[in-house]
This record gives sequence, C-alpha cells and structure tokens, in this order.
Amino acid sequence: MSPTRPGSTGDKIFFGTLIALGVAYLLLVVGMLVADASFTTPAAIRSALDRPEIRHAFVLSFATATVTAMLSVWFGVPIGYLMARRNFRGKALVDAVLDVPIVLPPMVIGLSLLILFQTGLGKQIEAGFNSLFGVGITYEVPSIVIAQFAVSCAFAIRTLRVTFDQLDPRCEEVACTLGCSSRQAFWHVVLPSAWKGVLSAGLLAWARALGEFGPVLVFSGATRMKTEVLPSTVFLELSVGDLEAAVAVSLILVTAAVGCLLLGRLLGLKVAQ
Amino acid sequence: MSLQLKQCATTAGTFHLGPADMDLPAGAYGVLMGTTGSGKTTLLELIAGLAPLTAGALNIAGHPCNNARPADRQIGYLPQDGVLFDTMTVAEHLEFAPRFRGWPKTKRIERVAELAERLGLTSLLMRRPAGLSGGERQRVALGRALAGRPKLLLLDEPLSALDEQMHSELCQYLAKVHKDEGVTVLHVTHNAREAELLGTHQFRLEGGRVLTKS
Repeated sequence: MSPTRPGSTGDKIFFGTLIALGVAYLLLVVGMLVADASFTTPAAIRSALDRPEIRHAFVLSFATATVTAMLSVWFGVPIGYLMARRNFRGKALVDAVLDVPIVLPPMVIGLSLLILFQTGLGKQIEAGFNSLFGVGITYEVPSIVIAQFAVSCAFAIRTLRVTFDQLDPRCEEVACTLGCSSRQAFWHVVLPSAWKGVLSAGLLAWARALGEFGPVLVFSGATRMKTEVLPSTVFLELSVGDLEAAVAVSLILVTAAVGCLLLGRLLGLKVAQ
Repeated sequence: MSLQLKQCATTAGTFHLGPADMDLPAGAYGVLMGTTGSGKTTLLELIAGLAPLTAGALNIAGHPCNNARPADRQIGYLPQDGVLFDTMTVAEHLEFAPRFRGWPKTKRIERVAELAERLGLTSLLMRRPAGLSGGERQRVALGRALAGRPKLLLLDEPLSALDEQMHSELCQYLAKVHKDEGVTVLHVTHNAREAELLGTHQFRLEGGRVLTKS
C-alpha cells in the first residue's frame, strides 16, 4: 500500500479556499487596527486624555466595567452551575431566556430597561435605591452598570456554563461521600477547578461592558461629565466632527480589548467561548 | 460494619436495577462481579447514596440508610478511574475526609503520614494528579477513600487498567488494608483471579439481581 499522498489537487483547492477566507478576515481585522493606529498620533491621544470630559469618561468606563464584571461573575457562577448540573422542567426555556440579551439589538435592551424602570415596580425599585444611596437609577451612573450588566452577564453565564459542563460531576459526588455537604463540595472542589473559567468570564464581561454603547446611550444618556462613557465619547466626538479625538478614544478602547484578550491568553484562558 | 440490601431498586435513565438483595457481614471482603452494563457501578452508587433508592431497604451497620446523605453513611468510595481533584496535592487528597469529618489538625497530619507510608506515597505528597502515573493515582484514590476511617469501603474496579506488577502490588495493599483497618469492603471487579484472591464473599449481578456465590 502506498503511503498517504501529500495533498491531492482537490485537497489543495479545499485548504487553499479555507486559508484564503481566513486570511481575508484576518486582513480586515488587522487593517482596521492599523488604520486606527495610523490615523492618530501619541500626541493626539495625550491631548484627548487631557480634556476633563474624556478623562471623566475614561475613569467612569473603567470603573463601571469593573463593577459590572464582578456582578456578572457573582450572578454567572451560581446560574452557570445550576444550568450545568440540574435538570428541571422548563430548563430549555430558561436556557433560551438567558441567551436573549446576546441576540437582542443593543438599542432594544436599552429601551426595554428604560420602560421597565417606568413601570410601577421599576419606580419603586428606583425610589428604594434613591433612599438607600441618595442617587437615582435612570440617567444616572447606576443605570450604566445595569445596562452593561444586562448584556455582559449573559456572556459570563454562557462561559461559566461551558466551564462547569466540562468538569466531571463525579468529583462533587466523591467529595460528598467523604463528608462534604453540596455547598462544601462546590466551594472546595468545583470552584477551585473552575478558576480559569471564572477568570475568563470576568474578563469577557469586563471587555463587553467597556464597549457597551446602545443600551447605555438609551438607558443612561450621554451627558458629559455625568453618564458619558468612552463609547459615548466616540459617538459624541464624531457627531461634532472631531474625528481625531474619536479615533484617539477608539484606540484606547481597542488597546483595552486587545490587552484583555492577551491577558487571557497569557493565563491560558479561552476568553471568547 | 454490615451491609444489607433488601429488595433495593433504582432507576438511572432507561436502566433499571433490582430488586436486589445482599447480605455482607461486618469485616467481610465482598467481591461483586457481573457483565459490562449489568449495573455494578449503579449498585455501588445506590449504596453510597449517589443514586436514588426507589424501592426496598438499605441498612448499613444495622441502621436504615434509605434517606441518609452520602456524607453520613460512614463510607469510603473509590469510583472508577479514581476521580481525583485536579487542584489538590496528594497530601490534600489524603487529608480531605478527615478535614471534613472534623478531625483535629494533629490527628489529620498523623493519618496522612500513616497512609502515605502504607501506600508508598510519601515522596509524592506535594504532587498534583497531573504529575502521577496510573498506579499512583489509584493509590491516592484508595488513600483518600480510606483516610476518614470509613466503616464500609466501596471500590469500583480499583485495579483495572494497571500493569501486572502494579496490579499485584495493589492487590496486596488491599488485602493488607482490609486486615489492618478492619473495614468491610465491597469490591467490583471483572477479574476472577482478583475475586478469588481477595474475596471472603462473592456476589454476581445478573438481570438486575444480586446472586450470592459463597
């Protein structure tokens, strides 16, 4: 029997097509990044960051994205674990609902949140929040976190569910036979094994939150020095024709997103599951 | 500690086990054989409290355990393939059951040292499962199951997938452990030689029922 032929013409055409499509997409992504980078200069970025309203948006973006990421992991871990381990009536429906924020148009999420907080229940929640923290929700900073969270948490849940699905449930069972309660097995056996997935979910949620624009614009507005986040800055600068500032801020967002991915790769994580 | 199953049954998906009867006296070494898919693992899971008991009565040491939590059954369970915890060292595996059963620290340290010595794991105490061979992993899983001084030890094919030398060594370990710890053992195997060598009582699972051989 002859050894395997090193690539027939059909194979060459097949793999050639795959490579050509891959290269075309890679070129598009790299082209966008290079175009952004070549359009502006370090001086323009410094000058943009010197403006108090952009510095405010910068700090607000990073702060809200961090709070959102922590909230997303806090909610995502129990929900992801439950979906991975438990079977219950209506699970398929719950699963579909959890994915809704991923597929809904971003503006619709913002609008839905706005309407939700205009209902009787929403107004009660807002009044309670105001009496507790002295600040409202709609068109205030908390609305930014809620708008980011509505989308980011869905991605965190998806990542964490995959993580828990990949862990052998027999580990928890064995732990239970050795004296653990279900809660102890989760904290001492499952969670330490899932740390990479938890970190991936956090990074993914943070990157998503940082770039969230549609829901934030509708639910929080884009008031300068108040609810303006970096994606809103890009929009506002473009709308007044300051392309240089818009590109400079875009580059900051690109750097943060790429940095997030690189950190994930460095830690051996799969950030985009 | 004795083990008694009276007309016990369970269902896992489309698989149905039982009604099964078994009587294993305290201190005995029971060996359970049966064809692949006959439900041997399901039976061990039923005894361990990991599979629901849908009918019958399960008594461990004379106490009814139908609804007891796995943690309260005083068992040591060694599942197929060991199922070690990726993030823990060998020492942490050996300390696991004593820790969650509330032993004081000094007693836990003594127990880890004693088991490590007996199972030849002393030089591996700081290693994680990824750095262990198949035989070493099985010994760690056995040590972990024994560490909390269980009254009943459930072993699911603990010697499968081992080379002949390791198989023979672990067989001797098991016989010694049974003698030294005075623990009642129920051991699932496909290997007739293993059953002859270790078992004081032999059972066979056929058609969802347990047949006593001796």
